[in-house]
Amino acid sequence: MPIWGRSILLDLENISAHYGDVQALENVSLRIKEGQIVSIVGSNGAGKSTTLNTISGVIQSSSGTIEFLGKRIENLPPHRIVELGIVQIPEARLLFPYMTVLENLELGAFNPQARKGTGENLEAVFRLFPVLEDRKNQLAGTLSGGEQQMLAIARGLMARPKLLMLDEPSLGLAPLLVKQVFETVKEINAQGITVLLVEQNVFHSLSIADEAYVLENGRVVLGGQGKEILSNPQVKEAYLGI
Amino acid sequence: MSTAVLQLIINGLLLGGIYALISIGLTLIFGVVEIINFAHGEFLMLSMYASYWLFQLYGVDPYVSLFVVIPAFFAIGWAVQRIIIQPIIHAPPLNQIFATVGMSLVLQNAALFFWKADYRTVRTAYSTVSFSGLMISTPRLVAFVFALAIIAALLIFLKRTYTGKAIRALAQEKRAAMLMGIDIYRMYKIAFGIGIACVGAAGAILIPIYYAFPTVGAMFVLIAFVVVILGGYNSLVGALIGGLIIGMVEAFSGFFLSPHLKEAVYFVIFILILLLRPAGLFGRA
Repeated sequence: MPIWGRSILLDLENISAHYGDVQALENVSLRIKEGQIVSIVGSNGAGKSTTLNTISGVIQSSSGTIEFLGKRIENLPPHRIVELGIVQIPEARLLFPYMTVLENLELGAFNPQARKGTGENLEAVFRLFPVLEDRKNQLAGTLSGGEQQMLAIARGLMARPKLLMLDEPSLGLAPLLVKQVFETVKEINAQGITVLLVEQNVFHSLSIADEAYVLENGRVVLGGQGKEILSNPQVKEAYLGI
Repeated sequence: MSTAVLQLIINGLLLGGIYALISIGLTLIFGVVEIINFAHGEFLMLSMYASYWLFQLYGVDPYVSLFVVIPAFFAIGWAVQRIIIQPIIHAPPLNQIFATVGMSLVLQNAALFFWKADYRTVRTAYSTVSFSGLMISTPRLVAFVFALAIIAALLIFLKRTYTGKAIRALAQEKRAAMLMGIDIYRMYKIAFGIGIACVGAAGAILIPIYYAFPTVGAMFVLIAFVVVILGGYNSLVGALIGGLIIGMVEAFSGFFLSPHLKEAVYFVIFILILLLRPAGLFGRA
């Protein structure tokens, strides 16, 4: 691991969050170092998406602190957090269905920082996903499931993230495409972008993770290196069925 | 085609252009901010008065007054969104209805208080032109041209500019818009401002052909609701075509049935759409 990989990019300290009266996160603490791939695994309703949405500012935390590059961000609105370089690719992709592929990508680069480099970013994402260039004038809603996931990732990359958070990117994809998605995540990480990955595909996501956290009922119950967690007997039994 | 039918089509289209402009503002606000602006008609009323007073006090031609009314009503819309709508944006629909209906009542009664119930209009020097047997009223033609020009400008703005694209994105997928770094509260203010500017422009071009009085908005907004449902409540192009259709329906039903029955005809159409095609002609389900 390179030297610059040591500094802490994102630091969640005792974050709690609520939906009305229901507590969704309870004192979640996690650290992401620059250059890493960090995975969050856990069953449905464990609080994985809530964690990402709290970091993105879509959900307001009820207590605790979030620091990004040493700056407190837990009270910032979502668009300010994107400007700082934290970008989420949401579950179910949430493309703009009645807009073209190109328009979707342009909107990914909405923040002023990214907009300046739109042309060059476009070239970069078309290199990563050539099929999107062929389909650039097609409406996003008419793409196949795999292409839609590529577009969702590409749209997120257009924002020039320092930290890219992916929520269930392999959900609903055929096995071959699932493998491709994880390859892509590794490729993006190799370009220097830190990745926070939330996945129900526990095996794949732990295999590529430098570090991982297991969430249960809104709490972190286990944390450590990806491979370590993968070989943890409880994780094996609960999530991998072996 | 007989001259009478052609004349009816022309009358209907000219009227429909104004209906379209009013409805497009309503559609934009509903599609983006997800608020039903029951005070929409009252902003029409206010802009008719604004144009009327600009003419009476300063001799400003109603069409020239557009250049004052459009920016002023954009600012009013922005402020209404910021001060009245934004605090209730996450409130239950009933509270939102009370807020905009309340605003409508306050504005109507304020107009009654300040300007009395008199019917006021502006008589311009423009007159009717005759063209191979067809009568075309110049102020109606001018109103139609202005209405279409404003609608075209709005559609181009939404299609081509970054802000316009962000507004469309927000209407299609709000959470993704937030996650892509779009300041949705700012876009709400812009969308509300544009919606009110459109209805403001409609008021200014209406004053040479219609009367301003405190409850004038109620009548037009009723038509606008029919147009919005007909066109598909989230389609601006639908609002444009819906407006033209309703204008023609009015012209034809006035001629073949009775002018007094035109509202009955709208509402028959309204009910039929809701029964047969609830998403409207151009709506997305």
